[in-house]
Amino acid sequence: MEQVLRWLFFACAAISVLTTLAVVGVLSIETFNFFQQVPAADFLFGTRWTPLLEPKSYGILPLLFGTTLIVIGAAIVALPVGLACAIYLSEYAGARTRDVVKPILEILAGIPTIVYGFFAITFVTPILRTLIPSTEVFNAASAGIVVGIMVLPMVASLCDDALRAVPNALRDGAYSLGATSFEVTARIVVPASLSGIFAAFVLAISRAIGETMAVTLAAGATPNLTLNPLESIQTMTAYIVQVSLGDTPAGTLSYQTLFAVGAVLFSMTLILNLIANAIMNRYRDVYE
Amino acid sequence: MTQPSEVLLQANAVSIAYGDQLAVNAVTLPIYQQRITSIIGPSGCGKSTLLRSFNRMNDFIDQVTLTGKVTFNDQNVYASDADPVAVRLNIGMVFQKPNPFPKTIYDNVAWAPKINGRRDNMDDRVEQALRQAALWDEVKDRLQESALNLSGGQQQRLCIARALAMNPLVLLMDEPCSALDPVSTARIEDLLFELKETLTIVIVTHNMQQAARVSDFTAFMENGVLIEYGPTETLFTNPENKRTEEYVTGRFG
Ligand SMILES: Nc1ncnc2c1ncn2[C@@H]1O[C@H](COP(=O)(O)OP(=O)(O)O)[C@@H](O)[C@H]1O
Ligand SMILES: [Mg+2]
Repeated sequence: MEQVLRWLFFACAAISVLTTLAVVGVLSIETFNFFQQVPAADFLFGTRWTPLLEPKSYGILPLLFGTTLIVIGAAIVALPVGLACAIYLSEYAGARTRDVVKPILEILAGIPTIVYGFFAITFVTPILRTLIPSTEVFNAASAGIVVGIMVLPMVASLCDDALRAVPNALRDGAYSLGATSFEVTARIVVPASLSGIFAAFVLAISRAIGETMAVTLAAGATPNLTLNPLESIQTMTAYIVQVSLGDTPAGTLSYQTLFAVGAVLFSMTLILNLIANAIMNRYRDVYE
Repeated sequence: MTQPSEVLLQANAVSIAYGDQLAVNAVTLPIYQQRITSIIGPSGCGKSTLLRSFNRMNDFIDQVTLTGKVTFNDQNVYASDADPVAVRLNIGMVFQKPNPFPKTIYDNVAWAPKINGRRDNMDDRVEQALRQAALWDEVKDRLQESALNLSGGQQQRLCIARALAMNPLVLLMDEPCSALDPVSTARIEDLLFELKETLTIVIVTHNMQQAARVSDFTAFMENGVLIEYGPTETLFTNPENKRTEEYVTGRFG
């Protein structure tokens, strides 16, 4: 019996590892095939992305700009507000408030992202268009704001963990020197947890890059080399959705763009997650 | 004790509870200026809680209630118009475990003067505080190194220097040597004699020899109650209370 269970668990572990390897493998092969036909430089530095229309062009920069706009919007919303929430929770709120707010953050983090997409279209976009009439119906700003709201609970929760990892002995030391709560927070607690806060920010950005449904709904489907958040754009993820849902025949070059874009997306989020992990490992060393 | 001294700090019928758990029960204790007062007693008897009430460090613990009065220079530090920050600037504290900030040695000492707007002559302030804490010679060439690289004994003296940088009148010390080796402990005890020239010191210790060696007055607590208080010599050689006698002769605790 022990032996059987042992093999069962091993099989489960093996399957999940193999699946990951298979995904990476397929992604690599198809990306390789793509680059047999499109020079890497054209792909990475080209400024026009029209793989489905004539004349075809495979410059990914417009999609990268689209994703960047979303990330900037999301960061502007989520990082300061998330950190402020965390500071309130960790340094000012009583145990009772925290017991109520923490689970709410987790519920917010679990809302399906398509709901945020709807929220962007039906709520945020109309407000933006009232404030700035030149705003297009589909625009990066609305999607970016909503992605920011979406990752905010994660930022707040991770930053709260980082702040709370600072030993109370440091707070006591600072208070005993005549510091106010604000001085203790701003000059001792936040600096001492900077690496944890930074790791939370990196993870949030990584999630914003990978976010799909809200940007597909709200940001548009126009690959657009622009930094104007009020225009319609397309992100890497939204492009993948568009092609996956469309009738592009498998095996064609147009179809292989999926994998090339996917590989870029995968590399970016992987690198960001590795950075966040490295930072977290370093800051765990400080107080343990 | 060469000459008589004034009472600088005093607990008047102070009771402190965590929730409905009474930790300090109607303690009245005078603290004489430029003297060392030690508080001894078994673990959990309320020594730290009483000590933290002198500079309002219990304010940060949920559900703490205090009744009675703590007076500093005849002002109640718990009066509704008293400023706890001002209280803490006059009454510094050193904790059981050294708790230097994760900053440079220099920045640790300069921290309190900086946030309190005393930025003038900072180098001199830092040097003076480090000298007072008998740490200057060991760190003068590495002021920009992280304080976390110092040994435990050095870290504790750095924490003393950090507290002295604001020139407080009182220094509260909660078992400052409990995490230190005997050599570091001896250095800090020597230091206390020097600091006494200018400072009033209250030290909590579970080490009776230490209390006997360093202090002018000793208070013995048990279960939140102050059992006996008096000149250290009297309390150790000729205690009035039987519990005190049993404790100082090592028959319990
Ligand atoms: N933060 C706290 N919350 C609840 N109870 C506490 C807290 N700190 C101390 N106590 C309780 O108060 C009593 C006195 O503690 P303390 O003052 O730390 O004693 P001592 O310093 O003499 O060991 C103990 O029973 C302890 O369990
Ligand atoms: Mg204690």
